Amino acid sequence: MTRRRGAPGTALRKAVLAVVGAVFAVPIAAMVAFSLRSADGTGHDLGHWTALAAPENERAYRSLVEGVTNSLVLAAVTAVLVLVLLVPTMVVVHLRYPALVRPLEFVCLVPVTVPAIVLVVGLAPVYSVVSRVAGSGAWTLALAYGVTVLPYAHRAVQADLAATDLRTLTEAARTLGSGGVATLLHVVVPSLRRGLLAAAFITVAVVLGEYTIASLLNRVTLQTSLVQVSRSDPFAAVILALLALLLAFLLLAVVGRVGSAGAGRPVLPGRDVAATAPAPARKALS
Amino acid sequence: MTATAPVDPTTASSATSPTGRGSAAAGARTTSTAGAAVALRGVVKEYAGHVALRGVDLDLAPGELVALLGPSGCGKTTALRTLAGLETVTEGRITVDGRDVVDVPTHRRDVGMVFQAYSLFPHLTVQQNVEFGLRTRRVARAERATRAAEMLDLVGLGELGGRFSHQLSGGQQQRVALARALVTRPRVLLLDEPLSALDAQVRVQLREEIRRLQRELAITTLFVTHDQEEALAVADRVAVMRAGAIEQIGTPEQLYSAPATRFVAEFVGSSNRLRAEVVDGRVRLPGQEVAAVGSPDDGEAWAYVRPEDVTFADRGVAGVVESVSFLGAVCRTRVRTSPDDVVVLDHRAHERREVGESVHVAFTPRAVAVVPFG
Amino acid sequence: MVALVEGRPPAADRDRLDGARPPRARRRPAAWWALTPFAVYVLLFLAVPCVVALGTGFVTGDGRPSLSALAALGEPLVLRAFGSSALVSGITAVVGAVVGAVVCWGLTALRSDGLVRSLVDSAASVLAQFGGVMLAFAFTATIGIQGVVTQLLLTRLGVDVFAGGVWFYQVPGLLLPYVYFQVPLMVITFMPAVTGLKPQWQEAVATLGGTRREHLLRVVVPVLAPAFVGSVLLLFANAFSSYATAAALISQGAQIVPLQIRAALVSETVLGRENVAGVLALGMVVVMVVLMTLYSLLQRRTERWQR
Repeated sequence: MTRRRGAPGTALRKAVLAVVGAVFAVPIAAMVAFSLRSADGTGHDLGHWTALAAPENERAYRSLVEGVTNSLVLAAVTAVLVLVLLVPTMVVVHLRYPALVRPLEFVCLVPVTVPAIVLVVGLAPVYSVVSRVAGSGAWTLALAYGVTVLPYAHRAVQADLAATDLRTLTEAARTLGSGGVATLLHVVVPSLRRGLLAAAFITVAVVLGEYTIASLLNRVTLQTSLVQVSRSDPFAAVILALLALLLAFLLLAVVGRVGSAGAGRPVLPGRDVAATAPAPARKALS
Repeated sequence: MTATAPVDPTTASSATSPTGRGSAAAGARTTSTAGAAVALRGVVKEYAGHVALRGVDLDLAPGELVALLGPSGCGKTTALRTLAGLETVTEGRITVDGRDVVDVPTHRRDVGMVFQAYSLFPHLTVQQNVEFGLRTRRVARAERATRAAEMLDLVGLGELGGRFSHQLSGGQQQRVALARALVTRPRVLLLDEPLSALDAQVRVQLREEIRRLQRELAITTLFVTHDQEEALAVADRVAVMRAGAIEQIGTPEQLYSAPATRFVAEFVGSSNRLRAEVVDGRVRLPGQEVAAVGSPDDGEAWAYVRPEDVTFADRGVAGVVESVSFLGAVCRTRVRTSPDDVVVLDHRAHERREVGESVHVAFTPRAVAVVPFG
Repeated sequence: MVALVEGRPPAADRDRLDGARPPRARRRPAAWWALTPFAVYVLLFLAVPCVVALGTGFVTGDGRPSLSALAALGEPLVLRAFGSSALVSGITAVVGAVVGAVVCWGLTALRSDGLVRSLVDSAASVLAQFGGVMLAFAFTATIGIQGVVTQLLLTRLGVDVFAGGVWFYQVPGLLLPYVYFQVPLMVITFMPAVTGLKPQWQEAVATLGGTRREHLLRVVVPVLAPAFVGSVLLLFANAFSSYATAAALISQGAQIVPLQIRAALVSETVLGRENVAGVLALGMVVVMVVLMTLYSLLQRRTERWQR
């Protein structure tokens, strides 16, 4: 390490970080303080927190419960959908049609340039058809979410794919007598474990935080019910928002420590030079 | 040739005499430079809990190229960086032309440095990169351009001034780095493993050019490398380092044929290592007895003989040919002389033996290097 | 003339075969069918919605192609919305970029594989990309009318933040929450460029006689400039297309473009014309495409220098 005499040292930089960190902690701390306000507004207690769990309030919070359940189901369905559709496609393209790697990447990055608010304008007519075919349950949103999640999932899997010599592994499997599907299940999936897990976790985080499409297509999810409840009971909304943020943070923290190289980082158009020079990010929801 | 004490740098004769103050040789060329005399005395460098340099003593005569050779972690790069001023020194003195520079910051030390990789500024063209050192010295624009162009010609990149570093090959990038370091006519040139990141063929080519340039400009140079072939090929003298200290300094020939310690003997080139006993100035080897070179102490020792110094003979230690590898220029034969011992010979193809043949091998007497035990 | 002719270099020095290059696969059956499910899915839920969203701007109410609907983009209400969007995006992009760059500088003091750094990365990801609605609540709890900070300022310092009017539930109230997710986005976006600054450059500048200041001005600033500008563009695009936070804070009204799209979708009589949502979407996409293209161009240069 270069010892630079008189350079703005580590201490100054860490101090700056601490200051900014403190400023950014204020809204979170405010959420906590807000939620701890006692009913009469004078002191602090856990009244609002316990009210959430109290059975007599069950009716008032019904939409919240529905929203949370829907979102959890949606998260699971979307994750499965994305993994089942995207991963085999990426693997086949990687192994058999390398010329399609860039077009596939482009397709997966379109949702970055076409934000959700624009997409939803075109989704409305598509969903009127979907409603006729599959009903208007919230789980049908998974079809739209699979698209909004594409940039992240693609990125997470791609980083792992680039780092694994899948070609050699699958050829070895073939010479040992393994057929297509068996190879996929027993060789490909275990090799890409980290990327798949990262993609799944990020999908869950994205789905849990998605609001735009759900609200404009009139479905009930965690976020839409939060907004609805906030009008009458801001405390419940703040508590759940806090918990949701925490959950998303934990998911991403796990991905960051354990997952594949490209997973925790945001996604953008432009070449991703392997996993070493990550392309910068963009919010794909809201 | 002694085989025990490290060769003293001030009494050793250099294999090649540097051209001294280079102005005469360089003639009218504006890129001439005079090399400085550099000395490190008792340099100690400690990090938290780790000693990187344990009292390094090194002298570089003006215009000399000294290679610092050793495995990774031995401290050679640290030593170079203390000379550059990029690392502070815990104890010791560093003098350039007699002046102590330990407290002089890097940007005032007038050294040129070439890094292993990534040192070119990506946003500047080759020409601008080379001019950088002249810009910081407030040299006028016209003169900057001329000197930079001249230096680029000298390193063989005259046509590429307008390119950017990402458009160049690794070898070309290092040439630019070299030009950039030399254009300011520093008194000392520091090379930190400049060839390690390059392909083998480019490495050989570039090291010869570095040598040629260094001789022409007569600039005192310290060349750090872990590649012993490179060090031996390029340097006037080589200092072998291990664990923060210099084990031996000498000319390439001295290091090769008269290693002072076991580490040096085993690090430089490949050798057969034999157990031997020194009695009264004679070395007892398996199947043979030779006169000792120099005056090693009596007792048990390691004897090192290069494969090219082992021959098939009528007398000597007996063995069975285990394998024969044809390597083009030489044939390498492994002879098993006992259940635990194999002797390797390098010889010409016409002396081939068959696998399984019984042979005798002998060691060329003057080529046995003896290193005492312990 | 005598010359030493070297033999061919050993195989290790030649390019190794790229693992992804296909062998001459003559005998293997085509696997097109494996790509169909994904292709169909993308067609139905990405291509079609995009075409519909952007195409409705080019048809009249009865479905005939026409450019008349595009005239809506010239309406004062719409122009004002684009202006407000641009203003909010611009301000928060610049503020976010500057603060974010400072944070990036601060982060270089942490170990890149350490726990703190990875937690900061995760927190930044959450706030930048998944915050949406929840950030609206966070700020309502902070400086909303009943907010903790509002109350504190009122009771402890006697300062009434809303003395001049309740700005929090209007466009100015978006500035703080937006900056709150712009700064983390900047950190995520800009950090690779900052860590891509090679220590060798600083050392090279020193050996070439340059001071630290010269290193900063002659190397750091020019190298980081494209990445910085690119990040500003990105932040702008991000704020411009942001919906959830605004929708949660501003329940009625169409002051910015995403909210106008909401109004157009929810009630079809905005501006008395249909297909307004499509026109607005088109306008937004045009802006996004321009921004993203510029961003890509700058990115190419940045990535080259990071290698």
